[in-house]
Amino acid sequence: MNAPLRLHTPLAEKDLEKLAIGDKVLITGVIYTGRDAAHKRLFDLIEQGKELPLDLKGQIMYFVGPSPAKPGQAIGSAGPTTSYRMDAFSPRLIELGLKAMIGKGNRAQAVLDAMKKHKAVYFGATGGAGALLAKAIKKAEIVAYEDLGPEAIRRLEVEDFLVIVINDVRGNDLYAEGARKYRKC
Amino acid sequence: MREIAASEIIPVVRDLCMSANYDLGQDVLNAFDRAGASDESPVAREVLQELKENARIARQEQVPLCQDCGLAVLFVEIGQDVHVTGGDLKAAISQGVQQGYADGYLRKSACHPFTRRNTGDNLPAIIHLDIVPGDTIRITMAPKGGGSENMSRVTMLTPAAGYAGVKEFVVNRLREAGGNPCPPTIVGIGIGGTFERSALLAKKALLREIGTRNPDPEIAGMELDILDEINRLGIGPMGYGGNTTSLDVFMEMEPCHIASLPLAVNINCHSARHKEAVI
Repeated sequence: MNAPLRLHTPLAEKDLEKLAIGDKVLITGVIYTGRDAAHKRLFDLIEQGKELPLDLKGQIMYFVGPSPAKPGQAIGSAGPTTSYRMDAFSPRLIELGLKAMIGKGNRAQAVLDAMKKHKAVYFGATGGAGALLAKAIKKAEIVAYEDLGPEAIRRLEVEDFLVIVINDVRGNDLYAEGARKYRKC
Repeated sequence: MREIAASEIIPVVRDLCMSANYDLGQDVLNAFDRAGASDESPVAREVLQELKENARIARQEQVPLCQDCGLAVLFVEIGQDVHVTGGDLKAAISQGVQQGYADGYLRKSACHPFTRRNTGDNLPAIIHLDIVPGDTIRITMAPKGGGSENMSRVTMLTPAAGYAGVKEFVVNRLREAGGNPCPPTIVGIGIGGTFERSALLAKKALLREIGTRNPDPEIAGMELDILDEINRLGIGPMGYGGNTTSLDVFMEMEPCHIASLPLAVNINCHSARHKEAVI
């Protein structure tokens, strides 16, 4: 594989345009966490026309519910959860300026369409590698919905957080291309 | 009759919860090595290397392999010559789970189905009790993550579907699941019995060590046949493309009703965690 590219947050559209599916990317900066319950709450606020607890413009949403931090750790194990459960919510968040998502697994066509239209990308992090991925997370603080426990929205400061480009801004899909390349049936 | 105090069971279960979540089995690590040496895709080989590194960190630092520390699934075989004293067996197991998840910094993932309110202690545990000959208690803790469990299915095929129907259903399930269940997966197949029996057989099949075959040579052949077909799908580790979509297929089979062909497919992620203790 080629050497990884580097991205800093907040994300600029010109940086995202350079990315192609299969590219390895090291992210440094701030990413936000959110999964099922937090997405539902954000969506309800949007429906009601209320202000969100975070500004999504140029941001990255990481679908993760970390395990509790041991003393001395910034965060517990923190690998991605399966993304399709957020498919109902992601297009609206992308419209509001969200530029990238980190997760694992296929996305619905509506999410792929929204990414292409608004120039957003979808990154994969290695599922089940939560102990390894946590090493790149230097700081974690809850910014909303503390009552949700592991599902609370957290602000993470990351250094060289490794991801791979699954969907680029041109609508390409690593899952489709990867399986096509290695299929033998 | 051998007496075992309920209080003796609690710390055993507590420790199993932690070791299962920190310490990946050598059979899985060996399977990563074999796949890492043979997969045609460079991305696949790199992912497998990350998984090995992840397992090394988890074991060394005693932290969870995966943030999803699962619902606690416990298979408990109680010798018929054992008398549990001083308390309720299931309560003791539950207390062990509660302590293990709290003391081990494991994520608590149990919640109310509709309100989604977390129960806070990862209870209730899923406890499968069985009475067997002997005077010991054998406890297997197999934490099960949500991502791969969500990709599992039970179906009632028609008898006419036969093995071809079973194979088609299983391979299609893996194709549709794609990268969702964290491949390379391990596939448990339960055939026969009733609706719920097939699911239990599939779950139990996942406890086998990678590379072990069903003692029935015909079923063993089916396991390898289905594994080969799955690994032709091209899905690969994490769905990024490759020849390693599943590490193994385990099939358990029992007779069924003349009208039915129950089939359960229980998918396990590569973090195939299970630990056993005998009291």
